[in-house]
Amino acid sequence: MNSLCKLLLQRLALGLLSLFAVSVIIFLAVGMLPGDVAQAMLGQAATPETVAAFRAQLGLDLPPLTRFGHWAWQLLHGDLGLSLANQRPIAELIGARLGNTFTLALLAALVSVPAALLLGMLAALYRNSWFDRLLNTSALSAVSFPEFFVAYILILVFAVKLNWLPSISNLAPGASFAEVLERSLLPVLTLSLVVIAQMMRMTRAALINLLASPYIEMARLKGISQARIIFHHALPNALAPIINVVALNLAYLVVGVVVVEVVFVYPGLGQLLVDSVAKRDIPVVQACSLIFAATYILLNTTADVLSIASNPRLMHPKG
Amino acid sequence: MSDNNNKITQAMHDSGLPRRDFLKYSATAAAIAGAFSLGLPLHGWAEEATPKAGGVLRMGLAGGSTTDSRDPGSWSDTFTFVGFSAVYNTLSEISVDGTAIPELAERWESSPDARIWTFTLRQGVTFHNGKTLDAGDVVASIQHHLGDKSTSAAKTVLGDVAKVQAQGNDAVVFVLHSGNADFAYVVADYHLVIMPAKDGGADWQAGVGTGGYRLKGFEPGVRMDLERSPDYWKAGRAHFASAELLAIADGAARVNALVTGQVDVINKVDLKTVALLKRNPNLVIEETKGAQHYTFPMLTDSQQFQDNNIRLALKHAINRETLLASVLYGYGQIGNDHPIQPGSRFINSALEQRGYDPDKARFYLRQAGVDSLKVRLQASDAAYTGAVDASVLFKEQARQAGIDIDVVREPADGFFSNVWMKQPFTTSFWYSSLTADRMFSIGYAKGAAWNETHWDNARFNQLLNAARGEMNAPLRQEMYNEMQALCRDEGGAIVPLFASSVAARSKRVAHGGLTAPYGELDGLRLIERWWQA
Amino acid sequence: MSLIKPLLRAPLSAQFGLLVIVLYILVALFAPVLAPFGETEVVGEGFAPWGGQFLLGTDNLGRDMFSRLVYGARNTLGIAFLTTLLAFAVGGFCGLVAAIRGGWIDQGLSRLVDILMAIPQLIFALLILSVVGTNATSLVLVIALLDATRVFRLSRAVAMTVVVQDFVEAARLRGEGLWWLVSREVLPNAAAPLIAEFGLRFCFVFLFISALSFLGLGIQPPTADWGSMVRDNAVLITFGDISPLLPALAVALITVSVNFVVDWVLHKSSGLKEC
Repeated sequence: MNSLCKLLLQRLALGLLSLFAVSVIIFLAVGMLPGDVAQAMLGQAATPETVAAFRAQLGLDLPPLTRFGHWAWQLLHGDLGLSLANQRPIAELIGARLGNTFTLALLAALVSVPAALLLGMLAALYRNSWFDRLLNTSALSAVSFPEFFVAYILILVFAVKLNWLPSISNLAPGASFAEVLERSLLPVLTLSLVVIAQMMRMTRAALINLLASPYIEMARLKGISQARIIFHHALPNALAPIINVVALNLAYLVVGVVVVEVVFVYPGLGQLLVDSVAKRDIPVVQACSLIFAATYILLNTTADVLSIASNPRLMHPKG
Repeated sequence: MSDNNNKITQAMHDSGLPRRDFLKYSATAAAIAGAFSLGLPLHGWAEEATPKAGGVLRMGLAGGSTTDSRDPGSWSDTFTFVGFSAVYNTLSEISVDGTAIPELAERWESSPDARIWTFTLRQGVTFHNGKTLDAGDVVASIQHHLGDKSTSAAKTVLGDVAKVQAQGNDAVVFVLHSGNADFAYVVADYHLVIMPAKDGGADWQAGVGTGGYRLKGFEPGVRMDLERSPDYWKAGRAHFASAELLAIADGAARVNALVTGQVDVINKVDLKTVALLKRNPNLVIEETKGAQHYTFPMLTDSQQFQDNNIRLALKHAINRETLLASVLYGYGQIGNDHPIQPGSRFINSALEQRGYDPDKARFYLRQAGVDSLKVRLQASDAAYTGAVDASVLFKEQARQAGIDIDVVREPADGFFSNVWMKQPFTTSFWYSSLTADRMFSIGYAKGAAWNETHWDNARFNQLLNAARGEMNAPLRQEMYNEMQALCRDEGGAIVPLFASSVAARSKRVAHGGLTAPYGELDGLRLIERWWQA
Repeated sequence: MSLIKPLLRAPLSAQFGLLVIVLYILVALFAPVLAPFGETEVVGEGFAPWGGQFLLGTDNLGRDMFSRLVYGARNTLGIAFLTTLLAFAVGGFCGLVAAIRGGWIDQGLSRLVDILMAIPQLIFALLILSVVGTNATSLVLVIALLDATRVFRLSRAVAMTVVVQDFVEAARLRGEGLWWLVSREVLPNAAAPLIAEFGLRFCFVFLFISALSFLGLGIQPPTADWGSMVRDNAVLITFGDISPLLPALAVALITVSVNFVVDWVLHKSSGLKEC
């Protein structure tokens, strides 16, 4: 386990470095976009005088390196700074939305990960049966429609025709948990349909790939049941790719849901990020990107550590 | 994220009221104020049907962004316009018939040269925090948009203002650089709301106004919650007990929310769906005609378009009727290459409507000494939804006239700062203005910041200045007639379409039957003007 | 002969998938011949009904829907295929090399990929496309770059489990070069999950493009492409209108078909004899 601890620490250190690199890249990329926050906020109402006044007020006339340094220094002191667009503290701006984003991702993960793993194993167990084909075809169909298309179809059925669920997931301040659940159901369903297919298919593929290995052949010759072979002998060795795909999809549930947020009017971080990019509100873009990047890095590191832990050969590399 | 409509918004609410009318209205202002204390029904605020008090008004609006703020200088789209119009009042208000009537100012008068304006404030109006309105508040609120450090979008609206100062406790004096007979309309601009003064400035952070509704909560880009102010000073207004504004950027989501009954009113209805929505017996479509106009500006100082014959050829090579049907699904009116909307009181009704005439276009090409023409049109949906489609249609139509238009699609991002007014031939849009003077001054006058065709016509500029100071209404109209003809026949902009703004409401809410003829959602004032059915 | 035989023995689903793919490729190649009208040509009134002169009616501007769908096949498939190929060439190769070589190459590549992946895909695309402008080339390059990072991770992870096995060790000890290790030892044993990924990645490109057009950055009008065509009419779905379904179904059909074939190849390469 010592080597695992060492690996973990090493990964965390690298993760921090990555975060720094991400913030530099984002800062440069937003800086390269045409226009700045002053022009974006004033739009066509901009005149040279108001734009100049705006820039001076926000310190945009300082050199980029100074601004970045100032931002990083503040961040190290736990201060995310103020939004350039409306002068609100970014921590306050992000707070509630961050909770919403994670709630949605968590609910979707709770639905999709167990479902995908179970279905994948069943598909491998009954491979090439009608069950397998049906499952496969429906999963592929679900994933082959754009997210907003799936969302609109679900809205058509459950909100417009049946009138069971609300078509938009706006949350009034102080909503109860049951209300949150009801309002989040359609977005959760949409997201689950989108991510299940890839995880399920990877589970199935990884398992079937192993079924040709000599040791499985051996187990089969020994007369062990198919189900036992899959769950006890194949699954542990197939975990690495499965864990990786699950991690990628979990990360997607947090960072990639802008479209679903827009369609369901769900106040998450994605919409904030897109709006802030459009208005060139660099500190907000930075803060959101860092949160997303940190989420991704954490999930990724966990996946790596888990896949190494699941494969003894990787735990003790030769030479 | 798609409704990039914050262009020259202030152009919408001004009106060039002829001097004669102005005198009449300032004279009646005192009478109106008198009638008020008697509780009589009033000109402008009178309602045709009997409003019902109470209930919630829920709106799903496009044009809200997470970057919105409480600072009135930063308001740039429908969500903040509509929401804060209910929280605050302005000195004057544009009535449903398009005239300026007193709001926080009880009456106003000007010097004979229309250069010095005195607004007398209404007595006994209090802010939501209990403070009584006085002249200091008005001065601070106006100053908020002025000065070198101002970042306000309304700074240009107040470009004429040299000085604003209190006269006692209940009057405010504006001194202008030059006379402007329309100034009572200028202060009705929705940016120029009156906030309480605090520490020498205007306190915009608190969200405290004199309007019919208190600001209960505002989460930019998400929602705004309003509740009725119990002691609203204006009679016969603010019927709902509370109002709820949701920012819904996606057009389909807005329609769904209305159809499933989660909201009562939506704006910017996707025109594709209007015909389908009309079949729903519970919904009503609200069309505001002439709200915006679309243009194809040609830079008159560019090598390609400096010959007016070339401009005339292109003006004849566009089929306006087809564009109206395809791009606007019929929700609009065709334009005549000048910016005054049909139905405006300033319209030159004698001016012949220009039609699609490829032969005439060829004739003008020959006049310019060429047989065929190849031009590049840099289009972007940043101008309006369907701008690229309109350009593609234009291309097909112009081909009949031997004109080859190469449509280049430009990214919406940065279109107005990098392409518009820099490239010779682009797409653009304007919010139509109530006053001819305002529209011509900002978009067509020599040296105007947004003279999008770099047009410099001596006669036009001379007429514009003369008309601004002209007291005689028929004479003024004659000048405007000539200016429209000049735009049409010599100007650089092709103005093919006036677009309606299309909103929809559920029958759960009602209004007096007549809505404001400018600006969407009853001149942005639906919250205090409408009621539950 | 050797090609046809396994085809005849292939399961029905794979045969169906292959048939659809071949059909799509033909449509894409011969689009100008098959389409009765031009891609952007305005040929009639807007919203003409189905049948008659226009097989599937016309869109809002009066362009022939059927012709747009046919041209859409060419644009959509072409871009998706190029993008996926590029992503796999770059990402897959780097992943295998990283796994085999290990050391600083692995560290360097993995960290670079980590950083790129840590930036949300859609936002990254949004930023880059806003800077360089949206056209077919930049779309292919940007999406390929983003996809390559995902492919890299997967191919590295899969190859890692192969690399530690004894036969690779043996080949290393024999002194085989990098190319041999990649092509003869690791790739054949890592192919299955990679092929499965190829099928899904290919389809994700359509989806990503349509997500980008949702944010206004996809393939730009008047070019016909299925993702943007779905987006343009998506608002009609809730009224039960079927016009947005056509391009969506076209995408779904090719996705399912590609993956049927992928499954079959996967099954064959797994060496499982039973059916």
